[in-house]
Amino acid sequence: MNIKYIGLSQINGPLVTLEKCRNVSYDEMAEIRLDDGTRRLARVVEVSGDKAVLQVFEGTKGLSLTNTNIKFEGRPMELALSGEMLGRVFNGAGRPIDGLGDIVAEKSRDINGSPLNPVSRVYPRNYIRTGISSIDALMTLIRGQKLPIFSGSGLSHNKLAVQIVRQAQIADESGQGFAIVFGAMGVKNDVADYFKRCFEETGVMERVAMFLNLSNDPIIERILTPKCALTCAEYLAFEKNMHILVILTDMTSYAEALREFSSSKGEIPGRKGYPGYLYSDLASIYERAGIVKGSTGSVTQIPILTMPNDDITHPVPDLTGYITEGQIVLDRNLDQTGVYPAVSILPSLSRLMKDGIGEGYTREDHQMCANQLFAAYAKVQDARSLASVIGEEELTPIDKAYIKFGVLFEKYFINQGFDVNRTIEETLDLGWELLSTLPKSELDRVDEEHLEKYYSAENARAKFSAAV
Amino acid sequence: MDKIFSINGPVVTAADTKSFSMQEMVYVGEKRLIGEVIRVTSGSTTIQVYEGTTGLKPGEPIESTGAPMSAVLGPGIISNIFDGIERPLKKLEEVGGAFISDGANVTPLDGEARYPVTMTVKIGDVIKAGDIYCTCPETPIITHKCMLSPLSKGGEVIWTAVSGKYRVNDVVCKIKNPSGTVEELTLCQRWPIRTPRPCRERKPITKPLITGQRIVDTILPIAKGGTAAIPGGFGTGKTMTQHQLAKWCDADIIVYIGCGERGNEMTQVLEEFSELIDPKTQRPLTDRTVLIANTSNMPVAAREASIYTGITLAEYYRDMGYHIAIMADSTSRWAEALREISGRLEEMPAEEGFPAYLPSRISEFYERAGYVETLGGNEGSVTIIGAVSPQGADFSEPVTQNTKRFVRCFWALDKSLAYARHYPAINWNTSYSEYAEDLADYYNNNVAKDFMEVRQEISNILVEENTLMEIVKLMGTDVLPDDQKLLIETARIVRVGFLQQNAYHKDDTYVPLGKQYLMMKTILSFYTQAKKALADGMAVDRIVSGGWVERLVKMKYDIPNDKPEMFDGYLRDMEQWFKGAEVC
Repeated sequence: MNIKYIGLSQINGPLVTLEKCRNVSYDEMAEIRLDDGTRRLARVVEVSGDKAVLQVFEGTKGLSLTNTNIKFEGRPMELALSGEMLGRVFNGAGRPIDGLGDIVAEKSRDINGSPLNPVSRVYPRNYIRTGISSIDALMTLIRGQKLPIFSGSGLSHNKLAVQIVRQAQIADESGQGFAIVFGAMGVKNDVADYFKRCFEETGVMERVAMFLNLSNDPIIERILTPKCALTCAEYLAFEKNMHILVILTDMTSYAEALREFSSSKGEIPGRKGYPGYLYSDLASIYERAGIVKGSTGSVTQIPILTMPNDDITHPVPDLTGYITEGQIVLDRNLDQTGVYPAVSILPSLSRLMKDGIGEGYTREDHQMCANQLFAAYAKVQDARSLASVIGEEELTPIDKAYIKFGVLFEKYFINQGFDVNRTIEETLDLGWELLSTLPKSELDRVDEEHLEKYYSAENARAKFSAAV
Repeated sequence: MDKIFSINGPVVTAADTKSFSMQEMVYVGEKRLIGEVIRVTSGSTTIQVYEGTTGLKPGEPIESTGAPMSAVLGPGIISNIFDGIERPLKKLEEVGGAFISDGANVTPLDGEARYPVTMTVKIGDVIKAGDIYCTCPETPIITHKCMLSPLSKGGEVIWTAVSGKYRVNDVVCKIKNPSGTVEELTLCQRWPIRTPRPCRERKPITKPLITGQRIVDTILPIAKGGTAAIPGGFGTGKTMTQHQLAKWCDADIIVYIGCGERGNEMTQVLEEFSELIDPKTQRPLTDRTVLIANTSNMPVAAREASIYTGITLAEYYRDMGYHIAIMADSTSRWAEALREISGRLEEMPAEEGFPAYLPSRISEFYERAGYVETLGGNEGSVTIIGAVSPQGADFSEPVTQNTKRFVRCFWALDKSLAYARHYPAINWNTSYSEYAEDLADYYNNNVAKDFMEVRQEISNILVEENTLMEIVKLMGTDVLPDDQKLLIETARIVRVGFLQQNAYHKDDTYVPLGKQYLMMKTILSFYTQAKKALADGMAVDRIVSGGWVERLVKMKYDIPNDKPEMFDGYLRDMEQWFKGAEVC
């Protein structure tokens, strides 16, 4: 069907309305050609009788009711896919922008994907060593997991993501291929450059496919960016059998773009003006991680989002937390005291950790060590809040021991540095050494056998006496 | 043939038609997507579509079925996994591969499987709605009983098949009802999912649903036929708590509804439940479990339906005389699906964009729980345990508040407990159970005569601790007098040694009521003796540092579930220690 429709009947924000059109299907793509010869992409977001509402990805600037003609493509938005996508840079809608020409498509796929049948999933169990103590020990990343970083403006989330990319052992024992898919939504030019530079320095650039929608690029294209990136990731993982790490930044900008689009459509807003379907929409992105039966590849997602005003109850981090399998929360106070990575231990969590650690994966004492570290650090917070009221002098000896433990824990365990790559044994041993600064009777999450094996007050004293 | 006029997300309308009735199931478009009529006006009919609508065009046909959205009920449901509109996911995988495509046409039950049927009626018998006409083993532990549908008028049996192997759609019995029409009965029947199945009578609640989780069984009990809500922010362990309850509770059948939750979690349930052995039957847990998985990225309208599909399946087995527990994870996602559809219909929103009928929908759902005498005269029950995911962990949001009004048991999960990895993170101060009183007789008669008293004393310790904590938070424990210091220590034993439970420990993951009682008893015995010793002049530090606190905290691990006699040893040792300590 090659009918071209000339002119429009209405333009409102990124939406245009076309009347008297026939045979238009929901979610179909269309190409808008302006009189000056430029082309824009649009998508049908509502059809009603012979009226269609289209969303224009590159924005409606310059469009008038008469200077356009529209051609419908008869299919939803598809992305041309190929193994050659690695090492390339694309815009938010999946078009190459690195000047190396078009992708020779081996296949093309609907960017919206289809929901993965829960029966066809393989439950993720293999841990990815990131070499970062706080993550490895306390919120272990599992291959096929979606583990977001909740951060705030000005915190070192990008640095952390880069460190994960650099140190993570994503490839498996057989040395099977791994690759990184990087989706940037509304990030600053500097940030995109930072990632590009770091990928180059690490020497992984030829294994990265970048999808860039910078903060001055069209908003509507931003809605497509994660979908394009994930379509590419799914293709590489499930058809090319590679282990893919997807980094999406910044999901808050994505959600804001969605809000802008929703309000221009005149939809009823939910909390903070975000559309009521924000949960379903975010889920359609985050759920595209995992392992599928019959393929040896995997998609692991690390979305990054900045919490507006550091508020974890803001709709975007809140709904994200309900969908993803845990979260790594960064803390401004820790960051200000010079701790890197400034991971806030208590609200951070990895839901898949329990089945991917322990004997055969990491070490048999991992769960116990982690539980005890969490419990002890929770008590540190209690002791600190008490100390802030009555002063540290007045605390009981036990509380004082916790305060000391807290200081050491932050200084040696959480604080690690950008260039330090620790093995899991080093991390767990360090954990036990720190726990050994506490009286043995306080370690109520550990059984006798492990206490016997790992608790050593002498070691702890030897190691940390200089520090206090 | 009626045609599509407009499409907006999962909402489709047909113009100029009067051929549809409310809540009728329809097939939409050339791909025959399943939909349901949700609004009828003189000018147009609005349909919500349970599958993705990408690629639909105005002008495509809409086919009426004349029947409301129904579930097919028959053998083959247990151990299966369905999506929100009862399509078997394993079958979908065989047909369409790992990714779910739209318009896949599969039947809910396997039409080819043959079940060994035993007829329980003979020619000449008169049967009425709810009576059983044949049975067949469905899994090694569940016998499926085919009942005359409540919609039937009943009548005289005029023909039966001989007992033997039949498929779900084979006719096994014919009855002639009073008006003379002949009804052919197969192994399955249909029931509209939004209508509760009738029962003869609702019975008072007297029996607990025993879960093996100490804080639930003793402090905040749930009854068979009761309703409970588990609200909690993300990461507080809602899903974990529901998994524990699904694994260990003493219901005959579990219906687990994964409503808008994570795909990997459903895979985990599938894997874990097929490996875990039910201690009572020595069979894998899957033999008593039905899973309904409508993950967060599956179509939103089917998510809305999944809750009703789940409870209809549960009611069907209840009518056979089984006790069913439903785990709905999470009802907030269901409420959000309501909001999303309501928004597309441009209805006037009430609180936070939710439709004004949210409370009535929630109450309709929870009211389908109950302990009943069925039409066939059996006793059965449906217990609903619904997780609630409040936005921003704020319990004042509409879904939590409205749920609170319609459930009698409220297990509030607490972020600070979860942060300290105290699981289950049920906050004993803000949670409540209205069933404690109803169940008092059961506990006193079946566990120990003074069970409720002991429970009350344990609660009292926690309440007093809560009051004291206000002071402790401001000034530390040092300023407290000795008896209050002792109370704080005892409360710590209760919290860490009793309420906190380790789901990964072989003994601690499920604790029988008898052991729960003895644990409480032992802790109280310590408290009583310690108070006495304190009154006799022993220093509180001496009591606390005597090693008993640690021993009591760890007794949940040190005393195996099958050796309750070890508690006697503890009590003896403790008595001796206190005597000895006094002397020196």
